[in-house]
Amino acid sequence: MIEISNLQKSFNERKILKNISFTIDDGEICGLVGRSGAGKSTLLRCINGLESYDAGSLKIDGFEVKNHSEKEIRQFRKNIGMIFQSFSLMERKTVYQNVALPMECWGYGKEEIDKRVKELLKIVDIEDKIHEKPRSLSGGQKQRVAIARALTLHPKILLCDEATSALDPKTTQSILLLLKKINETLGIAVVFVTHQMSVVRQICHKVCILENGEIMAKGAVNEVFMDQPQSLRNLLGENEEVILPQDGVTIKISYSGENVNDRLLSDMAQKIGVGFSLVWAKTEKYRDTVLGFVIINVDKNHISLVDKYLNDVGARWEVLTNE
Amino acid sequence: MSESIYELIHTIVIPEFSKTLYMVSVATVLSAIVGTVLAIVLIITHKEGLKPNNVVYQLLNTVINIIRSFPFIILIVAIIPLTRAIVGTSIGENAAIIPLTIAGAPFVARIIESSLREVDKELIEAVKSFGASNFQIIFKVMLPEAVPSVISGITLAIISILGSTAMAGVVGAGGLGAVAITYGYANFDNTIMYGTVCILIILVQVIQSLGNFLYKALK
Repeated sequence: MIEISNLQKSFNERKILKNISFTIDDGEICGLVGRSGAGKSTLLRCINGLESYDAGSLKIDGFEVKNHSEKEIRQFRKNIGMIFQSFSLMERKTVYQNVALPMECWGYGKEEIDKRVKELLKIVDIEDKIHEKPRSLSGGQKQRVAIARALTLHPKILLCDEATSALDPKTTQSILLLLKKINETLGIAVVFVTHQMSVVRQICHKVCILENGEIMAKGAVNEVFMDQPQSLRNLLGENEEVILPQDGVTIKISYSGENVNDRLLSDMAQKIGVGFSLVWAKTEKYRDTVLGFVIINVDKNHISLVDKYLNDVGARWEVLTNE
Repeated sequence: MSESIYELIHTIVIPEFSKTLYMVSVATVLSAIVGTVLAIVLIITHKEGLKPNNVVYQLLNTVINIIRSFPFIILIVAIIPLTRAIVGTSIGENAAIIPLTIAGAPFVARIIESSLREVDKELIEAVKSFGASNFQIIFKVMLPEAVPSVISGITLAIISILGSTAMAGVVGAGGLGAVAITYGYANFDNTIMYGTVCILIILVQVIQSLGNFLYKALK
């Protein structure tokens, strides 16, 4: 479990991290999102001690990361794997040698290394490239090798620093699926720094949105996406111009597939006998659930009926106004 | 005439050529060893290095710059006492190896320093992230990754040292440079002068091609 409370860090009088607090449970996938310069990569590096912090606490299974001897921190890092945007493989070594490197550094025996490397290359599905050098691999294949290398020492946590940002959408998919599989089968917690919201939608259980070194929103992914806080809207950068009607009351309803049936609107028309006009609608898939967003327009004098109905079925809604 | 040239080649050019090869190879090996050590210290103590230490870095940086500012011929003369203390004499090819190494090592240090600096920072972070020690980071990751660019740098250094040996010839080190100057230039013998230059040109070509070949093979 990663417990972060009131974490602070400044560099040259500039505050990079301000009062960061959140927890990540074992086996959870947590997304850290924000624009570049928001401090998310720095925060990620605090987790395995590549960066230090000035105040506050960061504990991993009760181990405070700050202030340790070189030897202690090296030992501690065995529990945390890390992958990067640029894959960070040794160009002059083969796939096998790259994956074997962490175990070599820790002085494992040849046979043990051989067994583990082959096992991991099977998990990441790249056994056929075992003696190739990174130069002859595609981006996705390189990231698979990097994932295998990060897993060699049986870590409990995997840190991903923009791990899919250099990949095309289809390769990104396959890497995300792989990470999801690793998370589910090996129970490894994943902390994923990214600016791609699609990553968060597809694999994360939890999300923290950072802006200028501060957490602006955090929580379960579908909750945050339902609430649509300003920080999330800033990130999505969705400027879909919805032209709102001038008359009547315009209502935005958000619902998740679990608690509201998808015939919400037609049921409403039938049960309370209120007609509406549909202004805009969208559904999105988040990990395992589907979220729906609709904007409708009803007559002013029906609003109390609609209000009661929506509250009864447990949908979230708000009245939109023309600005 | 042709007989005397034949004799000249046998008694002078060939022995002096081997002296040049001897000086260049010993000075290169020594420069490479000292230069690598200096480069590693520079990389480690740099402010973004593995163990930042500004005092050591600046000190070494300044010393290297000072040595590199010396015109080689002045350096030879300036360190004569040191050369005498080490070799016992300031004349001859063994004596020349001292100034050649002192001038060559900082050059090699700079080349290897920049090769090591080119190693991907994220790769170093990745290696740190699984708990490698600083020693392992340098010897298992940075140096092996930098090998091709170190090779092309050392090729450059060999050629520069070869140029310096010719100058060392002026102060009694022997070698092809001395032949070109004493038997060619001072004796008004253009054949000897340009002949030795031709040999040097071929030598430089061979070294450079060999360096390029190794670079490509290792990359």
